[in-house]
Order: sequence, then C-alpha cells, then structure tokens
Amino acid sequence: MLEFGTQFALVTLAAAVLVAVVRLVRGPTLPDRVVAMDLIGVLVVGLIAVLAASTGVHATLDAAIVIALVAFVATIAYATYVEKGHPE
Amino acid sequence: MTDFATGILWIVGSSFAFLAALGVLRMPDVFTRMQASTKASTLGLGCLLIGAALQFADWASIIRVVSIGAFTLLTTPVSAHVIARASYRADVPLWDGTVLDERREAVEQAQPTGQPEMG
Repeated sequence: MLEFGTQFALVTLAAAVLVAVVRLVRGPTLPDRVVAMDLIGVLVVGLIAVLAASTGVHATLDAAIVIALVAFVATIAYATYVEKGHPE
Repeated sequence: MTDFATGILWIVGSSFAFLAALGVLRMPDVFTRMQASTKASTLGLGCLLIGAALQFADWASIIRVVSIGAFTLLTTPVSAHVIARASYRADVPLWDGTVLDERREAVEQAQPTGQPEMG
C-alpha cells in the first residue's frame, strides 16, 4: 500500500503542477497568475514532504519550509502591487 | 499499519491537491479559482503532511513537518483574503453568472451619482 501510495501521490502531484502551470500561462489577469503560483508553491511543498518521507532524506524538509515562507511573502507582495493599480 | 495509513493519506491528499489544480484551471473567475485553490490545497497538503509525519521516527523531522502544516494553515487564509481584496479593488471582472455583489450595491447606494469610489 505504501509503495502504491507513494507512486500515486508523486504522479498526481506532478500532474497537478502541470495543470496549475497551464493556468499560470493562460492568465488572463495578474491575480489569476498569482493564485496559480501560490498553488504551485503548496503543491511543491507537498511533493517535497512525500519525497522526504519515502526516501528518508530529512534535509529536504528545510527546503519545504523555505518554499512555504517565500510563497506567502511573494503572494502578499503581489497583492500590494495589484492593489496599487497595475491589474495587467 | 502506519504504512497502510500513510498510503491512504497520500492517495487522498494528492487527489485533493489535483482537484485544487483542476478547479484553478476550470473555474470561471479569479474569486472562484481562489476558493478552489485555498480550501482544497490546505486539506490536501494537510493529508500529505500527516502521512509524511507518520513515516518519520525522529522528533526533529516530525516537528518540522508539523510546523510546515501549522504555518500553511495560518498563512493560506491570509494570502487568499489579501489577493481577493486586491483583485476586487483593482476591478478584476466578476463571472457573468454572479448574482450578488453586496459591496458594489452598498457603495452605489451611498453615492448614487458619479463614479463609485472603491476604497
């Protein structure tokens, strides 16, 4: 069950990142792209957690923490940019 | 037993994460996309992190995984709220099928003539 679960999770998360990239490329407005980028950050954190747990390499969890922090700050910064009046 | 639970949690979590991505792709405007993204990605990431925490034996890794989860649960609603407010104030168009926009009605009622001030 663990073997199948790991394979399924890795493939599904990679497919989810690809689907989110489609939205990131398509737009049509900047907030759409920010939402897609935020989702990609969350998905990559999940991918790293699954990889770290299945391979036993603990060090990659630090990278997941950093990605979660940077994605949050980037979203707040983009929101300020949009709110100042640059919607495109 | 923990292996079985981890497998189930990872399958459920990654399915939710994929549904979030699908919602972001298929929903009609930025606000509906955002609710698909935030709600489902929080639940999906929560399942993935619990499954990962069951696999670790040392406390250092477990605490890291739990802190990632706690941080995500704290920040996802904040960033969703901030992005929604910013895109509403930047006049990002709503979906054609939107039936209720209470803030715009209130603003237009407060100043019936002229351009409504988005503040």
